[in-house]
Amino acid sequence: MENFEYFAPDSLDALPGLLSRKRERTMVLAGGTDLLDMLKERIVKPEKVINLKGIAGLKGIQHGEGVRIGALTTIAEIAADAGLKREYTVLAQAARSIATPQLRNMGTLGGNLCQRPRCWYFRGREYVCLKKGGSKCFAPEGLNKYNAIIGGGPSFIVHPSDSAPALQALQATVHTFGPQGEDSIPMDEFFELPIDNLRAENVLEPNEIITAVSIPKPAPGTRSAYIKFREKQSLDFAISSVAAVLEMEGSRVRDLRIVLGGVAPIPWRSQVAEDELRGKKLSDETIRRAAEAAVSEAQPLSQNRYKITLTRNLVARTLRQLAAQG
Amino acid sequence: MAKWKSLKDMSILSTAYPRLDGMDKVTGRARYSSDVRPAGMLYGRLLTSPYPAAKVVDIDVSRAAKLAGVHVILTNLLEGKAVRYAGQPVAAVAADTPEIAADAVDLIRVKYEKLPFAADLDSAMQEGAPRVFSDRENIVAARRPTQKGDVDAGFAAADVVVEATYRTQVQTHSCLETHGSMVEWKGEDLYVYDSTQGVHSVREGLAKNLGISPTQVHVICEHMGGGFGSKLQPGFYTAHAARLAKKAGRPVQLMLTRKQDFLSAGNRPDSLQKLKLGAKKDGSLVAFSGTTWGTAGIGRGARVRQPFIYEIPNVYAEHHDVYTNAGAARAFRAPGCPQASFAMEQLLDEVAEKLNMDPLDLRLKNETNATRRKEWKIGAEKIGWQRRRKTPGSDSGPVKRGLGLGASIWWPGGRGTRATMTVFPDGKVEIRCGTQDIGTGTRTIVAAIAAEELGIGLEMIRPLIGQSDFPYSGGSGGSTTAPSVAPAIKNTSEKAKAKLAEIASGFFGASAEDIIFENGRVYMDKSRKKSMSWQEICQLLETQPLTVHGEWVEGLSSAGVAGCQFAEVAVDTETGAIRVEKVVAVADCGLVLDRLTTESQVNGAVIQGVSYALYENRLMDPITGTMINADFENYKIAGALEVPEIEVVLFDEPERGVIGIGEPPTIPTSAAIANAVYNAIGVRLRSLPMTPDRVLDALDAQPVTRKED
Repeated sequence: MENFEYFAPDSLDALPGLLSRKRERTMVLAGGTDLLDMLKERIVKPEKVINLKGIAGLKGIQHGEGVRIGALTTIAEIAADAGLKREYTVLAQAARSIATPQLRNMGTLGGNLCQRPRCWYFRGREYVCLKKGGSKCFAPEGLNKYNAIIGGGPSFIVHPSDSAPALQALQATVHTFGPQGEDSIPMDEFFELPIDNLRAENVLEPNEIITAVSIPKPAPGTRSAYIKFREKQSLDFAISSVAAVLEMEGSRVRDLRIVLGGVAPIPWRSQVAEDELRGKKLSDETIRRAAEAAVSEAQPLSQNRYKITLTRNLVARTLRQLAAQG
Repeated sequence: MAKWKSLKDMSILSTAYPRLDGMDKVTGRARYSSDVRPAGMLYGRLLTSPYPAAKVVDIDVSRAAKLAGVHVILTNLLEGKAVRYAGQPVAAVAADTPEIAADAVDLIRVKYEKLPFAADLDSAMQEGAPRVFSDRENIVAARRPTQKGDVDAGFAAADVVVEATYRTQVQTHSCLETHGSMVEWKGEDLYVYDSTQGVHSVREGLAKNLGISPTQVHVICEHMGGGFGSKLQPGFYTAHAARLAKKAGRPVQLMLTRKQDFLSAGNRPDSLQKLKLGAKKDGSLVAFSGTTWGTAGIGRGARVRQPFIYEIPNVYAEHHDVYTNAGAARAFRAPGCPQASFAMEQLLDEVAEKLNMDPLDLRLKNETNATRRKEWKIGAEKIGWQRRRKTPGSDSGPVKRGLGLGASIWWPGGRGTRATMTVFPDGKVEIRCGTQDIGTGTRTIVAAIAAEELGIGLEMIRPLIGQSDFPYSGGSGGSTTAPSVAPAIKNTSEKAKAKLAEIASGFFGASAEDIIFENGRVYMDKSRKKSMSWQEICQLLETQPLTVHGEWVEGLSSAGVAGCQFAEVAVDTETGAIRVEKVVAVADCGLVLDRLTTESQVNGAVIQGVSYALYENRLMDPITGTMINADFENYKIAGALEVPEIEVVLFDEPERGVIGIGEPPTIPTSAAIANAVYNAIGVRLRSLPMTPDRVLDALDAQPVTRKED
């Protein structure tokens, strides 16, 4: 890695003076599990690295009317929290599916939401791809079995986060801090497609950070689940994943959220799939229709048509699992 | 002829005992090449070509040379300035720290003239493909095809004929410790701490490369983190390190980066196999023909050993190596065999299905090896072969299970090893043998054989191995180490014992032939009336340690290995995931020297076989012609959670003496899994690795409509 200046402020107030408006000139360090990789591979060459871990108040899980999770809370803490497992199952399950125990102990919620894509053309030093300021996305003519089937273009990355689909399905809000002070952004509006923003995957300005994520208290009768499919169980990212939150009223689905991971450049909320089930009973037929709808928008690249079959089956499997909880 | 004593008389050998250096390894005490860091040592680093085919026009080192901490830059690594694969070394740097070395490499400006490339088998085989070597075709003419009988007549006489095409991928060795060395010149002598499978071959090769005498080269490998065949030869990195060190006048460590290791330090060639097999109604195989292709990159040696283990009266098999712009292959655990097994065992199952015959019965019908005939039956019983689905794919529900099988084979035995033993007056015994322990437990068996022969405890033995200054032993490849080393150590121990028996006979006033060494004591004869302790007899040496020389002798080892495996899998037809639930590995192992390390090798081989079957795949980017997944995130290897239950059956035939065990158990795993997958889902996967996308695509391509949900 190249040399950089290192700062370890102990309060948020110091941040505006340290953070730059220029992307990747200043980078923040939380768990470091993604940043260190990118520094070592020289994918980013920041002038300053700001360690956030000395800033008080960014860590911990507070249960109340809903739950608030500090951005520096580790993935392992989220996976182990009894309250989350009980009431926000989809999030606890998503956290448990991330990486390895070592990485879960280091990695933070804020970092998991802000991690950069895993696409090998993005991660490879020798490729100056669209997302790194180059002129083309290599995936369509290259090796693309892991790339996007939905929402792609002009870049075909997939968003690698597991916590993000879960949080979006739970209608979470992201709390941020920047030069203008604090702000709140609903998860539905947090991520941005490449067509709107090529150099980043979310709306954060380079001089803003996530401070916390809050989730409203689930309505009575809520069931949720996260199913992640990966090629191997020991350390792998999702090829496709499904976060589903169902608010049940008797045997009927009063409302629901289905968010897909690993298939689009952002966590992909499938409203067409939700529409198939809203107000209906969970049956083999409605589940089949919702699963079909979830992939109806898919446009595969040359080597990833299988992700359509896979995602359709995963949506159905997740819904069947939730139906069986009734 | 020399003979091992019977199992019942053995107190250490053939039992299970832990490896001597296990504690050193898990506590970090064990020294690997990169742990050796003498004062003043510099860090070497290679600059490699990002292009698979290019001409180097200019190398500008002016900026790199100005960087503080840079000592030497070499720019003459390429012969003839031609780059033939991405990852080929172009220049080398030695600097004070690894970071400075990396920065310096980044500052070297190389001007390349890019050329068209063919970086994978399919593109290299296309008509009009760019040539890897301008003076040669990419597809090498078949040399000495295997021919036997009359193939046309054989097929004409067959009741059933199956033709199919199979493919296997390029697998990289992925040693936990990358290739590399630490080298230090002391006067005219070169000391090399190398991660190697052959201290003697490195000495010879390096001396030749550097134009010095082998007597000046001293190669040391105390421990190493995996080789699997890729560390048998002298390393280009070692030669570069030696030149850097010479010029700098300082020791230099040069370890390949992980990416360089993937690109330039060897691999198992892939294969494309068009095969045809004919059989009679009773299952007897009558004809085989096959054409195979495979790429060893810019190297050679992609041969697929068809028709594998099967004795067929009429055979025609030809193979073509295909040059590609990719790093050269190197020997990889049972070269040519896993590829052959994956294709041939599936082809046999396809024939069995057409004959409406149990695949095991078809194997037994054609089995010519007496050992394997017994092993098939043992394995079938252990896996519960009768549970095999009579109709493939007949399980209800999305997760379907199946059973499959495959055979293994291996040839080489051992020879050539020499050793010296010194018995010290304090009772300690030192053995010097120029073999090396590549993780198989060689150091441990060296000590155990000596302890067994001398009738003393393991703790009395100091086994010194891993140095080219020690008596010759060959490279640890071809599963030859144990059958080479074990007889030599036994022979050396016998010689020491004979000398000590003479001393004892003088002391007791008895005949030397009657002296018995056991339980740490020396007995006058079998009446065991008079005795002295091991220490006492050693004290009789007074001030002069006893040194003897021994060597490999006939009768204690043999060649030829036969084995088989059975796999049980669960295939999730909704996701395409294959889970290997159990593998029964029946391993032919002659005389077992140490049950623990033997089982450990079989376990390792099966795990590597599972990894080959389901995960590993070198992917060449069509845009740049370089390996795109040269890291452990994207080059997927079975991890702890992917490892199935492995039941190792050590089928020992002690009367055959020591045979090699390291390679054969990795051969049949992918075939057994593939056949089990077919049994589970009724769809055949003819390409490796069997990844979820391929499973789903294969299921989707099925003409039968599947019932949804």
